[in-house]
Amino acid sequence: MATTLRRISPLTMADLKGKVDPDWCPGCGDFGVLAALEKALVELQIPSHNVVTISGIGCSSNLPGYINTYGMHTLHGRALAVATGLKLANHALTVVVTGGDGDGFGIGGNHFVHSMRRNVDLLYIVMDNQIYGLTTGQTSPTSRMGMKTKSMPFGNIEAPVNPISLALAAGATFVARGFSGEQKHLTQLIKLGIEHQGFSFLDVFSPCVTYNHDNTYQWFRPRVKKLEEDSSHDATDWAAAMEKSLFWGEEIPIGRFFERTDLPSLHAAEPVLNEGPLVDRDLHLPPEAVRSFVEELM
Amino acid sequence: MKQTFAIGIGGAAGQGVATPGDIFAKILSRRGLNLNAYNAYQSIIRGGHTFLTIRAGMEKVTNMGDRIDLLIPLNQDSMDRHARLLTDGAACIYNSDTIKSGATADGVQLCPLPVSQLADITRNKVAQNTLAIGAGLHMMGIGFQALEEVLREQFKKKGDAVVSENVGVARAGYDYAAEHFKAFPKSLPKTENRYTILSGNIAMAMGGAAAGVKFYCAYPMSPSTGVLHWMAAHARKAGIMVRQVEDEIGVINMAIGAAHAGVRAMCATSGGGFALMSEGLGMSAMIETPVVVIDCQRAGPSTGVPTKTEQGDLWQMLGAAFGDYPRVIAAPLDIGDCFKLIPEMFNIVDRFQCPGLVLCDLLLSEGRLSVDPKDLDFNPLIDRGELITARNNGNGASAGAPKDGDYKRYRFTESGISPRAVPGVPGYIHTAATDEHQEDGVLISDEFTNPIKRRAMMEKRMRKVAGIEAAVPAPTLSGPRDAEVTLIGWGSTKGVLEEACEILNEQGICANQLQIRWLVPLHGDAILEILKGARHTIIVENNYSGQFARYLRSETSFVADGHIRKYDGEPFMPHHVVEAVKEQLSGKTKLSVPMHEIMV
Repeated sequence: MATTLRRISPLTMADLKGKVDPDWCPGCGDFGVLAALEKALVELQIPSHNVVTISGIGCSSNLPGYINTYGMHTLHGRALAVATGLKLANHALTVVVTGGDGDGFGIGGNHFVHSMRRNVDLLYIVMDNQIYGLTTGQTSPTSRMGMKTKSMPFGNIEAPVNPISLALAAGATFVARGFSGEQKHLTQLIKLGIEHQGFSFLDVFSPCVTYNHDNTYQWFRPRVKKLEEDSSHDATDWAAAMEKSLFWGEEIPIGRFFERTDLPSLHAAEPVLNEGPLVDRDLHLPPEAVRSFVEELM
Repeated sequence: MKQTFAIGIGGAAGQGVATPGDIFAKILSRRGLNLNAYNAYQSIIRGGHTFLTIRAGMEKVTNMGDRIDLLIPLNQDSMDRHARLLTDGAACIYNSDTIKSGATADGVQLCPLPVSQLADITRNKVAQNTLAIGAGLHMMGIGFQALEEVLREQFKKKGDAVVSENVGVARAGYDYAAEHFKAFPKSLPKTENRYTILSGNIAMAMGGAAAGVKFYCAYPMSPSTGVLHWMAAHARKAGIMVRQVEDEIGVINMAIGAAHAGVRAMCATSGGGFALMSEGLGMSAMIETPVVVIDCQRAGPSTGVPTKTEQGDLWQMLGAAFGDYPRVIAAPLDIGDCFKLIPEMFNIVDRFQCPGLVLCDLLLSEGRLSVDPKDLDFNPLIDRGELITARNNGNGASAGAPKDGDYKRYRFTESGISPRAVPGVPGYIHTAATDEHQEDGVLISDEFTNPIKRRAMMEKRMRKVAGIEAAVPAPTLSGPRDAEVTLIGWGSTKGVLEEACEILNEQGICANQLQIRWLVPLHGDAILEILKGARHTIIVENNYSGQFARYLRSETSFVADGHIRKYDGEPFMPHHVVEAVKEQLSGKTKLSVPMHEIMV
């Protein structure tokens, strides 16, 4: 009965509170991402049993354990592949994938690129702290050149990946960047990303207060500039978005870089799914199909 | 000895070996004969040397046999490789314009076709193939009508002109043979039976469809790609989501994601791709989401010989993924079994919520066999175990009553099986984690490590092993109990060992056979009980190190008297086994490695 009531009564922040509290370091940027995700789900009023939060491995990938939706805490780098399978098997579910920069752009780089070109309908939030945290501070794919870490004590000599440019090049149909320190803005981006029908990529600056002393809240705060406040920004213009994605330094754009709505998402493009989610189907084959399968082998 | 008739067609890839093969197979199958076909080929699209063997008989034909009755070499290379191996009573049809006959044994009939006199070779590039089919069928005592019918179907799409051109050429070959060549002493028999002809890959794909697979994904890899091809071509009719994925790591994870949502999900690969899937198998076991993975073995290690067969992945599979976890491993015994095994495997993995691994090989995957359509059960028993879905939709699962907060995904039970709710069901919200977790799914790996809880959860998962063992039958012995020699094989060697036993028995050496289908669980005690009374045991397998022999020894301490192994890429032929058994019974050796006489 309580369940029935819950379905009728509006979803609240309390409903989304997980079984345990986050074990992130005090001050970690990931707290802000979790809070914004919860706020976005409350504002969108999606029943929590219809939401699946899927992560890989890393500090930020612990998120599914801290939110009361269906969750999967998968393997390092593999969350997008798992999420793709899950979404295709039951496309009625709202799928949110969360993880870190090492998980998504390092070990999971291949799935990242291919999930975007496939336009899988999900929101992918990367809590980008430009460092490996759970393994106690090594260089990540987004660490700046010159940054000294335990794995590159004399400074990083490899150029960092630009997640926004990469997402645009790979064909993501929604590309945005947020900052954990800008709650309202981040919540809005998460809502837009969930509502977008296709692959939504949201790179979030989520400072690591323990291992990254370069890219701190204090470093980001004066630099981030909201694209929404730039009247010349046209989020339907891919080339302009690509140009903006290259901005880095005194001014770093955050907000929705790009969105296109003219391409069907993967599940919408496959006629096999026209009759509804696969998970609701009868497992038995239609007799006429069986007949034709056998006849063609005679 | 089995009464069979075998045709061998050889040539370069791209020369059209497949088409005459298909035509012969159709004609023989429509006569109600059983077929077994094996194509020896290379990883090349044009060139090289391809050799197709089609063997037909009244009874089941379980392997490619020892003898070619009719050889059709399409080039000199093929003639040079195969003609010398023909034996008394065989015939060889060839294009005498371009191919010189080699030395042959006594009693072999050479049948030169003056191709340029019989057909306009400027117009018909494969005239030699069609002439040879016509000639061959005459010699086999099969009326021209059967060939004309098949040619009409084959070339229908290309228009009437092409059809009549080909029928004309075939007729010329047929008539030429009537005048110039000696027919085989016995015409090929005819029965009223009708069979399907299928490869192991098609069989496993259809077995998956019959089992209710709704999600299939793969990365192309020989020799498993045929499963993907069938799935992709029939996806819409069967209502299956089929995806080609960026790599096998993506494949296994995508399949597990789909399975986690509540559908039956399957994928297939070969050894290299299976290696990439290893970590994913551990996830399937840890989050207790069932998935079925097929490994079509090819000759390894590494890229190895992509178009050749081997049984070399057993230890990879036994060792796949780190840590201890419950799983099921089975090797199909023949192409019909490739179909049958898949629904069985799904029922077991659904019940026990763990990965199920199918250890097939190129011999079955790409070989072809006649299967009675009655043996293709598209309505197998479906048992989805303790699964809670949003809808009770005739798939064996039931929607449970809504819970409210007290649902424990990994609840401790006596069987180790915890009722599994899938995302989307109200009242059963939980997180499935690859980290070690407690009953409600909360992690006990990071902040709250807990030896007592870890031990309890480990034991919960491993309790499922006893249930799996009870659900899987023990192997049985075929043939007389007190035989002089017991041949032990696993998976695809079933057919060739059966025939080897028959030949040995005819030659006065009483032989029986123990063929293993379920590798994990193995039923070691039952195997020991069977082998206790055996007089001389020989383990036969298609690999270098005796992977099964080592596994059997590790599980049971059983040591066989001898071993027959082959790791040259080609499957066993019956005489390889027969000769090796005799060699071992006479005390000459304990390890025989038969030489594959045919250079393919």
